[in-house]
Amino acid sequence: MGNTQKLKRIIATDCGSTTTKSILIEYVDGEYRQTVRGEAPTTVEKPLNDVTRGVVNAVTELEELARLKYNDDSIKFIKDEAIWLSEKENEGVDAYVSTSSAGGGLQMMVTGVVAKMTGESAERAALGAGAIVMDLIASNDKRANYEKIERIRQLRPDMILMAGGVDGGTTKHVAELAELVGAADPKPRLGSSYKLPVIYAGNTAAQDIIKETLENKTDLILTENLRPTLERENLGPARDKIHDLFMEHVMAQAPGYNKLMSWTKGPINGKLTNIPIMPTPAAVGNIMQTIAKINDIEVLGVDIGGATTDVFSVFSEDKVFNRTVSANLGMSYSISNVLATAGLKNILRWVPFDIDESELLNMIKNKMIRPTTIPQKLEELILEQAIAKEALKYAFIQHKEFAVGLKGGQKKREIADAFAQTVSGESIVNMMTLDLLVGSGGVMSHAPRRNQSVMMMIDAFLPEGITRLAVDSIFMMPQLGVLAEISEKAATEVFEKDCLIYLGSCVAPVGAMKPGKIALSAKLELPNGEIFEEEIPFGEVRLIPCGVGEVAKATMKPGKGLDIGAGKNQEKSCELHGGVVGIVLDTRGRQPFVLPVEASERVPLLKKWMKEFDVYPETKQ
Amino acid sequence: MAQAYSPGLTVTKSIVLRKDRILPLKGKVLAKKGDKVKAEDVVAETLLPGKVVPFNLANKLGVTPNLVEQYLKVKPGDEIKKGQIMAETNGLFGFFKTSVKAPLDGEVENISKITGQMLLREPRIPIQVKAFIDGVVVEVVEEEGVIIENKSAYIQGIFGLSGERSGEIKVLASTNEEIIDPSKIDDSCKDKIIVCGALVSYDAIKKAQQVGVAGIISGGIDDKDLKKLLGYNIGVAITGHEEIGLSIVITEGFGIIKMAKSCFELLKSFEGHKASIHGITQIRAGVMRPEIIIPIEFKEDELKAEEAKMATLEIGTTIRVIRQPNFGLIGKVTGLPEKLTKVESETMVRILEAELENGEKVTIPRANVEVIEG
Repeated sequence: MGNTQKLKRIIATDCGSTTTKSILIEYVDGEYRQTVRGEAPTTVEKPLNDVTRGVVNAVTELEELARLKYNDDSIKFIKDEAIWLSEKENEGVDAYVSTSSAGGGLQMMVTGVVAKMTGESAERAALGAGAIVMDLIASNDKRANYEKIERIRQLRPDMILMAGGVDGGTTKHVAELAELVGAADPKPRLGSSYKLPVIYAGNTAAQDIIKETLENKTDLILTENLRPTLERENLGPARDKIHDLFMEHVMAQAPGYNKLMSWTKGPINGKLTNIPIMPTPAAVGNIMQTIAKINDIEVLGVDIGGATTDVFSVFSEDKVFNRTVSANLGMSYSISNVLATAGLKNILRWVPFDIDESELLNMIKNKMIRPTTIPQKLEELILEQAIAKEALKYAFIQHKEFAVGLKGGQKKREIADAFAQTVSGESIVNMMTLDLLVGSGGVMSHAPRRNQSVMMMIDAFLPEGITRLAVDSIFMMPQLGVLAEISEKAATEVFEKDCLIYLGSCVAPVGAMKPGKIALSAKLELPNGEIFEEEIPFGEVRLIPCGVGEVAKATMKPGKGLDIGAGKNQEKSCELHGGVVGIVLDTRGRQPFVLPVEASERVPLLKKWMKEFDVYPETKQ
Repeated sequence: MAQAYSPGLTVTKSIVLRKDRILPLKGKVLAKKGDKVKAEDVVAETLLPGKVVPFNLANKLGVTPNLVEQYLKVKPGDEIKKGQIMAETNGLFGFFKTSVKAPLDGEVENISKITGQMLLREPRIPIQVKAFIDGVVVEVVEEEGVIIENKSAYIQGIFGLSGERSGEIKVLASTNEEIIDPSKIDDSCKDKIIVCGALVSYDAIKKAQQVGVAGIISGGIDDKDLKKLLGYNIGVAITGHEEIGLSIVITEGFGIIKMAKSCFELLKSFEGHKASIHGITQIRAGVMRPEIIIPIEFKEDELKAEEAKMATLEIGTTIRVIRQPNFGLIGKVTGLPEKLTKVESETMVRILEAELENGEKVTIPRANVEVIEG
């Protein structure tokens, strides 16, 4: 990058619905490193009603910590109650970028003609752009037209994306949908002083009809068809339009964002230029796709937040990117909904001690209404992590259902199709071929022990075969995603060195057998010369220390009828990557993974596994 | 000083309040700038558009959509009466005409040549916005509503149920720790806003509904009782629309938690005064908390809203613990170590040292306290 000289100190913030997180990135000894981080409660709430107050607080913490770190009281990032961008050497900062999901993020409604075809494509475009999809209205969704109109009117989305019809196809259905939208005369969520933005990305032949129906009632934007043929999606143009509108309309209406938007600047070609605020999930998606492409791997990432859980995946040879948002699964605002979705029994199945039911229910509700508190007692931490496992599990189920091949297309049968995962309508998520699983979000990134993150990820996602595990150390993927807009070099350097913390690898044979039978015969040559060799019975967990950057040579043979990636009963020799936690050999079974229902059977097992995973201090294991 | 803690909910004897009373759609504003209004007064009203009913005219006429236009007897914008002929074909030599009658009273919204569909709109629905608080109209937002100001004693709740109501305050609990027995709620509580102590039980709420209580203010509520009352579990904290006949404001949280003393004393000192309350809670997307507003005497020149500020956390600051252990207890900050510290759960956090009201000295994550002003 040509502007390396200019970029020595960068501040990046992510304004979440609970917390505003700030990081300082510095150019030290010829490379970019993330050096200090800070955070403060987000202040879109009364009495402050101004997001910049939280930003200033979070950056003030950076300033204080930087002063402590360098023992230099002259370090100053804030001037006149704003972030101090200065083009002078050693003064203020050189760039400031931000992402945002505060105020509920970007909320959209999408329409399509056939729910499972153009409707799904529209949903994918909106989700990929970082939105929460409030509803999908389709011509064939079985609701009566008047119900659809009522629904559109009630929803008050930030914007609507309309798709439908392949290019040159019939225009009647899209015209009808436009009439419904027009009849509902929808109002934007934030303020009634402007018209609701509607993006039309359907059959191009219907553009004139759409204009006639909606131009006067809405702020209509026409763009290329996002499903020009049944066999092809073209989501890029619609996504770009969503981003533009997010800045112009949604952000501009939220408290304090006009001010914040004027702060986010960085040098582009030597000139201080405004850098748009990006929706948090869009920024995370950016960075995930970059990793998958650079390393040629399949990646699954999860970001469990206070209100929502996002799952991102890049699967198959074509590196197909999918993102889903489970809008009501989260660890604070939506924690109560995790309970409603999973049920008390499913949460308690992960808890190795008795707890009074009322006490637990009240605890969950108190977390919901005071979302910024953190578990001080060990018991509460164990409960929160049990809830997290269920939230992750359900978010992943929703993702698998959504990340599917295009439906409705004419399928040319070729021999390669027999192996590829692109059969129409089938999930492209394949846990056996997955290379890297990345966890992020407070409950994972801030877990007191990294072993807890490993346990949560394995128990929730049930990786199969051999999978590498990592966490986003301090949840800075969003900031790096937007930082890439001004300096890809800074973003990727920090990503590799400071963002991902490799936890290790998980080896899990697929299949089930009777407890006690040999499920995995493993021989691992560790880098320190030690050899781990064991015939591990079914229903066990082993954790073998193997550090970051280290590799163990492994020869593994699954038990009868089981598979670790080379086929049933087939031995596999490979290298297993270590990490801060190590290598996990998990013979508890997959497809199915079963936990005993009876507490008298289950609790001793949980305790045994927790001890092997070394997740909690002895007292609770 | 960085502020890694929650700004406390407001509890104050006197504050200048500003309330936007805005219609959901443009309409007519009934109050003028300078008007003194009462909580029950209607300040703006409008007509919400009626329900839209799609009507497939082309099908009913038995013609293709592009031909619909020539048979129309009405046009968009026309009022229609149920049974009125909206379209009619010419038939054969004047016979065998197909006529289509209006299925409802209302208005023709749109007629589409492409789909052959008519959109009919049912009659408009009147809605009114009340002042909600006694006060003075300081600004009129044309066609939308008014902004009302007053001086009030003011309490923000943490969670609540149901919409806006007003009534006289009646303190039933003798202390902030009492769990009141349902038998204490009798006919004298009708139309009143009753103040309980550490918990309002399901039975107490039921009794309050029976006698016609307007509102309940309590320190805590049990989640199980809440579910029993509503018949469903609240998934995300968005409330205010519950039709339970009274409004509930919870000041502390879920479980038995004594009401903050400052809050209880304040309510006690205003026993018999008129108050406006609502339970509207939204902890996402534009946060809203329940409110208790008790208007007090003021002169108009006192109406100058102070700039919102965030209370600071310093040695000597009064705090309230908002998570276990010691949930609900009040204390004074005795130390603010800068370094991250490991707590029982092994989480590394910024903590503070405090002396609690029971004399115990504790360390607490800063995220688990809120600052109490005054």
